[in-house]
Amino acid sequence: MSNKFQLPNTPACGLHCIKVKDFGVKMGVQTIIEQVNIHVHCGEITAIIGKNGAGKTTLIKAINGDVKHDGKIEFKDMKEGKFKNLKIGYVPQALNIEKNTPTSVYDMFASYTSKYPVFLPKRKALYEQIKNHLKLFDAEQLIDKCVCDLSGGELQRVLLSLAMAPIPNLLLLDEPVSGIDNNGMDLFYKNITKLKKKYDLAIILVSHDLDYVLKYADNVVLLDKTVIKSGKAKEVYQSKEFKDTFGNMRFEELGE
Amino acid sequence: MEAIYNLMEQLICFEWIQYDFMKNALLAIICIVPLFGILGTMIVNNKLAFFSDALGHSAFTGMAIGVILGVSNVDISMVIFGIIFAIILNFIKSKKTASTDTIISVFASLSTAIGLVILSRGGNFANYSSLLVGDILSITIKEIIYLLVILVVTIVFWLVTYNQLHAVSMSESIARSRHIKVKIIETIFSILIALVVMCSIKWVGMLIINALLILPAAASRNISNNIREYHLFSVMISFVTSIMGLIVSYYIDTATGPTIAIFAALVFFSTLVIKPYVK
Repeated sequence: MSNKFQLPNTPACGLHCIKVKDFGVKMGVQTIIEQVNIHVHCGEITAIIGKNGAGKTTLIKAINGDVKHDGKIEFKDMKEGKFKNLKIGYVPQALNIEKNTPTSVYDMFASYTSKYPVFLPKRKALYEQIKNHLKLFDAEQLIDKCVCDLSGGELQRVLLSLAMAPIPNLLLLDEPVSGIDNNGMDLFYKNITKLKKKYDLAIILVSHDLDYVLKYADNVVLLDKTVIKSGKAKEVYQSKEFKDTFGNMRFEELGE
Repeated sequence: MEAIYNLMEQLICFEWIQYDFMKNALLAIICIVPLFGILGTMIVNNKLAFFSDALGHSAFTGMAIGVILGVSNVDISMVIFGIIFAIILNFIKSKKTASTDTIISVFASLSTAIGLVILSRGGNFANYSSLLVGDILSITIKEIIYLLVILVVTIVFWLVTYNQLHAVSMSESIARSRHIKVKIIETIFSILIALVVMCSIKWVGMLIINALLILPAAASRNISNNIREYHLFSVMISFVTSIMGLIVSYYIDTATGPTIAIFAALVFFSTLVIKPYVK
């Protein structure tokens, strides 16, 4: 069996760029987002922030191809100067799995990454491969646990490992709103920072926690149907648009 | 065929096996039951219980259309209608605009009603009422072979697409990010459910078919921790309860389908009781 999700250690080169061009999503007559343009590079975390209902999750879903949209995505390798197919790793907020569903972490992982039917007896080699892969986020001891019994933080680590098999060009993260405590959030942001440094990929993250975004994101996109402000985190946080959206907030990091 | 009959008589030394209709019924059960056990696991995972029930109810309309068109074999019109109905239901489900349950219910009621209206015209409904309870004892060799073919098709489908089906069931978004054809997979799966339901409904009965699809998988969920156990227990429960139901219904002279369903329900309740100890 080929080890198709082996992890090569190739740090980001900064020469891959992904352009989201003129994205728009309509549901019936209602416009959810329009004219969204975002530009991301490998080795950077771009956080999307905005009020509730600003279209953050819709934008991520559109980039993933879950909802019909206008516009297109370009992925360019500037080293070779040509366009390539974009490989996306997606981490949703939650899974569609009810309590009591007999699906172990191995089952889930194997369903997405292998062609060998998961209802047949386990394959040792595949099992070891998956276990190895889960080590990336210290989740290897969870391999035989039921997915529906995992805590929010554990599930997130498993989903992150899954999104990294194989390594994508673009990692799309929809940060969970519930079920993770502060320690879990710290770990989550440390983990994605580690990814950013170690592997050649770009990260787009929908976030609800402005403190973490300021601390960890390289770029911030403030969304309200369309991009109303984007740039380096500090820049956006000090802008008028930010204050109009969130009011006067104080952040230690800004030294205000 | 004679060879199989002889073998069965030698293997099973009970009085009931002497009758050819019991031999046929047993063979038919051996073909249908693994199907129900296997499909049931995914139907329960995807919360499609109501969907398969609606499909079963649409059998009346399929039959009625066959009668109107003067088709000599209404089984064919039932299967074709079932497949079309499944595709329509699947499309509505994917729209996610209104409450899916309500819409499926509207369609199921409508198709049952249309079927009943047409079939009951001129007071002839008694001719078709066997569809409600089913009669596995009347199955013929030819029909058993059809079931066998469907069993083989299902197993092949399961081997080839199960992982993708399961991937879609857990998260459409992740599946899509991995270039799995979500719509196609879902549509083929609902067509398969339609095929299985329509081909076995005459033998197990419209009122009971959903019980046989859902109960073994529902019971199996209570005692399994991964997909392998889930499939294994589901097929085993399906198998054991069906054969018990067949034999008991012979001795106490009752309809086979409902007898099987009672056994399956009993197993379900037992698994609820032992669940805390095995899970």
